[in-house]
Order: sequence, then structure tokens, then C-alpha cells
Amino acid sequence: MGAATLHTWWMYALEVDDLRKTYKNGVQALKGISLAVAEGDFFALLGPNGAGKSTLIGVVSSLVTATGGEVRVFGTSIREERSRAMSCIGLVPQELNFNQFEKPLEIVVNQAGYYGIPRATALQRAEKYLKQLNLWDKAQRPSRTLSGGMKRRLMIARAMVNEPRLLILDEPTAGVDIEIRRSMWEFIRGINDRGTTVILTTHYLEEAENLCRNIAIIDQGEIIQNTDMKSLLATLDVETFVLDLRESLAECPRVDGMEIVMTDGRTLEASLPKQKSLNILFAELDRQGIQVLSMRNKSNRLEELFMRLVDRNQAALQAPQERPA
Amino acid sequence: MSGSAGHSVNWVGFVTIVRKEVTRILRIWGQTIVPPAITMTLYFIIFGELIGRRIGDMGGFSYMQYIVPGLVIMSVITNSYGNMVSSFFGAKFGKHIEELLISPLPNWVILAGYVAGALLRGLMVGAVVLAVSLFFTPIEVQHPLVMLSVLLLTAIVFALAGMVNAIFAQKFDDIAIIPTFVLAPLTYLGGVFYSISLLPEFWQGVSVFNPILYMVNGFRYGMLGVSDVSLALSYGVILAAAAMLFAWCLYLLHRGTGLRS
Repeated sequence: MGAATLHTWWMYALEVDDLRKTYKNGVQALKGISLAVAEGDFFALLGPNGAGKSTLIGVVSSLVTATGGEVRVFGTSIREERSRAMSCIGLVPQELNFNQFEKPLEIVVNQAGYYGIPRATALQRAEKYLKQLNLWDKAQRPSRTLSGGMKRRLMIARAMVNEPRLLILDEPTAGVDIEIRRSMWEFIRGINDRGTTVILTTHYLEEAENLCRNIAIIDQGEIIQNTDMKSLLATLDVETFVLDLRESLAECPRVDGMEIVMTDGRTLEASLPKQKSLNILFAELDRQGIQVLSMRNKSNRLEELFMRLVDRNQAALQAPQERPA
Repeated sequence: MSGSAGHSVNWVGFVTIVRKEVTRILRIWGQTIVPPAITMTLYFIIFGELIGRRIGDMGGFSYMQYIVPGLVIMSVITNSYGNMVSSFFGAKFGKHIEELLISPLPNWVILAGYVAGALLRGLMVGAVVLAVSLFFTPIEVQHPLVMLSVLLLTAIVFALAGMVNAIFAQKFDDIAIIPTFVLAPLTYLGGVFYSISLLPEFWQGVSVFNPILYMVNGFRYGMLGVSDVSLALSYGVILAAAAMLFAWCLYLLHRGTGLRS
């Protein structure tokens, strides 16, 4: 049972056990992945490009056939009872995959039909979700005339029309402006609050940090981290801050136990170990007559951790190959 | 899903696919319904009126009457095949076939829905061509049930053949090759414009290997009451082709050939 050994299976929205996928060209996209997503969770699946995220989602949504291993959705094997498992899933794929000649209302209503939802109910639900996603006034326009952000929201409305217990979002906010992105976050958070399990892949790590409670990081077809967001962020031992100064400095100040880099005369980057307080930094700078105008994180905490984990994993994978014979 | 819930999902899914297909056919009626009507009108004028008058009778009918069943079934074949191949390949190319592939619908429902859509286009075009033919010659249908059953089965056969083509096609060129290099020659050589009894013995022997011959003649028997081959053999060939293609399509969909990675 792999990841689910210690628990009863019905607790999970998704269980993936020793999942493998090797494509015809020999690329091993998944190398025996195991993970479990609890019912009601908001789960982040992160990884660099080509790590295997979309392949994993493809297998779960039955668009990709696994070479080995097992996937269960709410305890139902997708290999043994595909129809039952698929009826629980809603998918927002990375690429636009609706008929651009059809109207948004047609697209959403037809999708409901594929899930066996009678037309009258489908029309009601389509109206509900298109309104919630601010698309109702565009419902009768050809969908090719929608903007990029609207097309993404249309795919969310389409995925919601069967009111899935598990919603999988593969980079839903890619290429979407910040205002729409934030409104999409609110919508998705609301869905999760009402009990739908959400799995999110994104390259906006701030998005994952804000929304998700649990996280798996996948790299080169393997899970390199699978934990809850708080525990993961707690492992960040050093945080880097960017300080904007009132006056230009001639040389970089020194503070014991901290690494400070002067990027230009009026900007410092200070890396603080977690046990050091920011007060110490400010007191020391104040003592040296340096006035700080503003401060911000160099990158968000998850991004910093993500980069370290991926770099460490890639270094570990390359190390044996570089060893001399 | 329980049995009855599963049936209900399948039925609603099937109806949704058919509705979507019919909407598509009617939305682009200028590409789907009008061209065959114009082409067949030209056939009636040129082959039926101008050339047909010099040919005289065939099988006890005027040449115009003789070619009507062939031209109707030819348009049904072309349009049921064309609808399936363009719609299914279009969905594959545009990736919106994924809407169906991730749904709980079993493969046979997806197949049945697309076949029904192609069948309906075949029937719509067949009805239009038959209506056009009535401007040129009176037709008295001899065996309506035979005519209708052969028409339906033929449309199903070519819809299924179109599905096989669409599944294997990787680019738009691939969906043009079969209609141009296989379907058109077999149709023209399948007795649409002549009785195979007019051919030399060798070519008569070759013609019996052309499955379209049995469809044209089965339909002609239903309409005019004459045929170059036995009706039982016509049904046998058509049903065997339908069963074989249905099994092949289901196998390909089950394997995910050309659809799932």
C-alpha cells in the first residue's frame, strides 16, 4: 500500500502507489511515485518543468496509461473501475482543450452531459459557475473571442460542473494577470472550504504557499519532499531580506552571525539564520548610522526551499555520474 | 456506479454527444449539407440528363432512375465517413477529445455517440439528394424497409471506418488520403453508374471483392427492385463489415491508440 499503509484507504481522495510511467521514446517520467492526498485537503504538487507533474495528473485523469503501479480515487482503482473513479474528478488542464468554435455555455453544459447530468440541471449549474467566475455575460459568445484569463476561468467552470469531490488544477493561473489570479484563488479556496479536495500544480510558489496545506515536490520522476506546508517552511533555516537604505554606503556593513551582501550602494541583502532576530540586525545597523527605508523578502519562503531541494536533488543525481572511473 | 445510475449516465452522455454533433453539422450547414446537394445535382444533369439519354435503359429503368440509388448511397457513404473523420480528428487535434476521455463514459458510448452523429449527417444528406433526384425523375420505392436498413447499415459501416482513420491520423493530410485514394475509387467502381453485368468477365470477378458493390446493389434493390448480387449476400457483407469495424474501433479506443499516451 506504500504511502497509505498506516491509514485506512477511505480517508484518501487520492492514493498513488509505486506509480511508473515510461514513454515509448524511453523517457522515464515517473519512477515509482507514492503519495496520498487526504479528503478535503488543499494539496500542492510542485516541481520544475519536465519533473513529471503533468504525467502524474495525466495518469490520475486517465489521459496517460501507467506502465506500473496503482492509482485509487476515493478508494476506487482507476484501472478496475475507471468510470466510477472518473466521476469523482474534475480536471483543469495546463493547455486549453475546449472547442474554440463552441460557446462557453455549450462547453460547460456538454461536459455535464458527459458525466450523466440531465440537461436541465446542467443548464442551472452552468449558469451558477459561469456567474461565479464572471463569465455569464460571455456565455453565448464564441469561446475563441475570450481573453486568456477568461479561457482559464472557463476551464474551471467546466471542471466544476460535475461538482467533483476531487478537483485537479494543473497550472490554472498560468499567464493570468494578478487581479484575476487573486479572484481565482478566492474561488478555489471557497470550493475547498466547502469540502472539495483540491490538488494544485503551479509555478507561482507564493500561490501554493498561500493556498495549500500539504505539499509534494517532484523532481525527475521522483517525490523528493512530501509533507505539510508548515513543517516544510519550518525547515527553512536561513531567510534572506532585501533592505533599501536612505543613503548610499561606501562599504558593506558587518553584523556578527549574519551574511550581508551589498548589491549596490543603497541596497543590502541580509541572510539571517532562523534563530537570529531581525531586531539584532536593525539595532546593529542603527548603531552604525545606517537608516533602512524599507524591507522585503528576497523570494518567498517556499520558493527558497523549493530551489534548495531541487538543486540538492539534481546535485545528488549528477554526483555518481561525475565520479571518475 | 450502480447499474441503473451507470445506464442513466451512459444514456445522457450518448444524447449529449449526438446533440453536439448535430449542432456542429447544422452550424456549418454550408460545408455539410449544401455541397453534396450541388454535386449530386450536377451528376443528375450531366450523367442522368445529358449522357443518360444516349445510354438508354439499364436494368429495365431509364438511366436517370438507375443511377439515383447509387448517387444517394454514394453521398451517404461520403458524408458519414467525412463527418466522423473530420469531427473526431478535429476533436483530437484541438485536444477537446480530452473532455470525453476524462469523463466516466465507457468507450462504447463515445463510439456510439459519434457513429450516431455521422449516421444522422449521412441520412440528412441522403434525404436532400433523394429530394433533388425527384426534380429529375419519378421514383417508386419497391422495398422501403430494405432501402432504409441498407442505408442505415452502410452509414454505420462508413462512420466506423472514419473512426479508424481518425484514430490513426496524426495530421490533416492523413484524413484526406483514404477518401481520395480508397473510398472514391471503390465507390465509383462499385456499380453506382453501371450494372456489373456490362463488364467483361474478368472485371466482374474483380468487382465482387469491392464491398461497396453490395451496398449500392442492396440499396438499389430496396429502391428499384433490381440488383446485380443477392440481397442476402449484400446484408451479409454489410453486417460483417460493421461487426468487424465496430470491434476494431472498440479495441483501438480501449488501447487508447492515438488518444492516450
